[in-house]
Amino acid sequence: MKLTKTLMATTALTVAASAAVAEDMAMEMTLVSWGGSYQASQHKAYVEPYLAANPGVTVTWDESSAEAVAKLRAMDEAGNVTWDLVDVVASDSMRLCDEGLAMELDADTDLADAPDGTKASEDFGDLLVSECFAPQIVYSTTFGYRTDLVGDTAPTDICAIFDLDAYPGKRALQKRPIDNMEWALYCDGVEKSAIYDTLGTAEGVDKALAKLDTIKDQVVWWTAGAETPQLLADGEVVMGSTFNGRLFSAIAEQNQPIGMLWDMQSFDLDGWVVPANLPADRKARVMDFLKFATDTQRLADQAKYISYGPARKSSAPLVGQHAELGIDMAPHMPTDPANAGNVHIYDYEWWADNRDDLDAKFQSWLAK
Amino acid sequence: MSKAEPMLAADGTPLKKSLARALRRQKMRALMLIAPLLLFILLTFILPVADMLYRSVENGIVSETLPRTVVALADWDADGGELPDEAVYAAMAADLHDAANAKTHTKVGVRLNYEQPGISSLFRKAGRKAKKWDPVADGPWKDQMIDLHKGWGDPAIWRTIQTYSPPVTQGYYLNAVDMRVGPDGAEMRPENEQIYGILFGRTMKMSLMITLSCIMLGYPVAWLLANLPARKANMLMILVLLPFWTSLLVRTSAWKIMLQQQGVINDVLVWIGLVADENRLVMINNQFGTVVAMTHILLPFMILPMYSVMQTIPPSYLRAAKSLGATNWTAFWRVYFPQSVPGIGAGSILVFILAIGYYITPALVGGTTGTFISNRIAFHISTSLNWGLAAALGAILLAVVLILYWAYDKIVGIDNVKLG
Repeated sequence: MKLTKTLMATTALTVAASAAVAEDMAMEMTLVSWGGSYQASQHKAYVEPYLAANPGVTVTWDESSAEAVAKLRAMDEAGNVTWDLVDVVASDSMRLCDEGLAMELDADTDLADAPDGTKASEDFGDLLVSECFAPQIVYSTTFGYRTDLVGDTAPTDICAIFDLDAYPGKRALQKRPIDNMEWALYCDGVEKSAIYDTLGTAEGVDKALAKLDTIKDQVVWWTAGAETPQLLADGEVVMGSTFNGRLFSAIAEQNQPIGMLWDMQSFDLDGWVVPANLPADRKARVMDFLKFATDTQRLADQAKYISYGPARKSSAPLVGQHAELGIDMAPHMPTDPANAGNVHIYDYEWWADNRDDLDAKFQSWLAK
Repeated sequence: MSKAEPMLAADGTPLKKSLARALRRQKMRALMLIAPLLLFILLTFILPVADMLYRSVENGIVSETLPRTVVALADWDADGGELPDEAVYAAMAADLHDAANAKTHTKVGVRLNYEQPGISSLFRKAGRKAKKWDPVADGPWKDQMIDLHKGWGDPAIWRTIQTYSPPVTQGYYLNAVDMRVGPDGAEMRPENEQIYGILFGRTMKMSLMITLSCIMLGYPVAWLLANLPARKANMLMILVLLPFWTSLLVRTSAWKIMLQQQGVINDVLVWIGLVADENRLVMINNQFGTVVAMTHILLPFMILPMYSVMQTIPPSYLRAAKSLGATNWTAFWRVYFPQSVPGIGAGSILVFILAIGYYITPALVGGTTGTFISNRIAFHISTSLNWGLAAALGAILLAVVLILYWAYDKIVGIDNVKLG
């Protein structure tokens, strides 16, 4: 009896002690991102000012975002989550949320308000596509073409992709059904508003694949975003889809003869998720960083280094010039009105339901 | 003759017993010596493999998350064409309420979505409301749930839940061989969803092609290595090993530069006029590119075992054959070649088994016609997160390799394989 009491007392003490520690914040953070110039832009815009304001904190980068969902699941099963903040695309944030691997966030308390006092939930608006997601940027998957290989009339319409007569040569498309199926239906005459309803039927899928069939032997399928700029630079393809920031780098930083085709660009989001069930001290630190890194100024600052649009409405007016090239960044943003005349809005929920099914059909079509 | 007394050891115990004890002690000591390695292999290799294999049939999530529904659905006749009755809906409401509060409802939705598209959002949407439900007071549930989402009024959804309610499923294996559970038991998937059969066949065929081209290219090199004077042989050995030490990605990317349409080989062919500029050869992003790149990468695994076997063949045998009147060809074919077969066998097994599981090179240079089954396994592990299906595909691949190994042992005999 006495022993039990002693034990209980000690346990209570330990609990009290750990609660006291919990008020402190861990001094180390592991952030996960995509590597390359995108991660560099995050480091300069978010991490460097945060470290300057919080001396003693150390940040480690892990370039694992491409396999973040699988790795986080494996870490969770092993009971040893070593990541504190993970950069993922919106659809992955939904999956992590569904799997219970990411923490649910409350935009108004966990994220900072805009400088004019607008609540974060309103400032981010519709871009808060999942309960676990803190959006950072709007990027788009869009097309670039070789200005010297497309003849006298540069393409301005997405359906140039399917027009082998006017634009002969190979095209680079991403090796997945998402976006390609929608573009195919759009160019087959389906109304933009009816694309997902059409794609939801077996005939719609066949229709999309039949349209893709017309260019199948002229397509180089890519899996990594860096492939298309390389293929364009080598002259292996005359046009190809990739993330708009990659094309910006090829055009503005490497002076390649590449033009942008913004028509029907497919908007997507990239943002942070916090792994579920972090220890209290690490969670306190990462929430502090998250609030800082997604505020209005920080999101606008990131656009100095890379041509992705900030996810907050209040950041847009603050977007300035490229940090090294000194060019005005606004016209290179996918969200710029001149570029966003005709855009494709990607339906996350629809794809979350139909991704596996359509992928099986798409891969089966590819293999034949 | 008196009955033989048991022979005694020096200390008086029967000799047999004493010997057995000594032997046991020896065995224990041997076991202790290998124990660290055994434990290491058990913990880091055998257990994870077993765990992964178990995933290919494991399906506890449905009955754990929806225990009441599974019981209530057991008697429902899916072929009757009618919706389940109120009891099932009430059970589902209660299960959803608990699951949503434990945040497990979306997990089971994701699991069932592999079998029927649409279930994922059905559970996600219902879960948002279900947190606030009172499963007893708020009934009846049937109309309420169908109002919430018309999916709850679709018998196909309930059929899927019923079909996948047992804690063990053959669904992943059926999926892995392009089949599915239909109303009348297992059936083939529609043609436009079949892919794994094609990929398994292609993986086998291309691995064989790669193994054969490795034999063709590797045999002469191994012969040179074994028969040249030491200085030249060493030089050649370095040439064989240098690429072996170079990063796989570097070698694969180099092939990209060589083989692409604006690449080195095409440029040279156009320059010397063999190929017209507008008809450049397509040598990459197809099977040809995959075979070329993988043959290059796997060649050392063929050359090295061949070389170590050929080194042990005395050159005097060939001289003896020739002095007895054999032509060069006969001497090689009847005397030298049969002795080098164990090296070919070892190299072939190594190359074939490595090739069958390759995925980086096919992913980079395979395009659509040169991808392997392992590319799909990697896809299901890291992108679609359908680990059950990935485990089933992996288990089938493992079984195929074991069967081939067994067949090889029956036909050639595994004793005829030498690594040196």
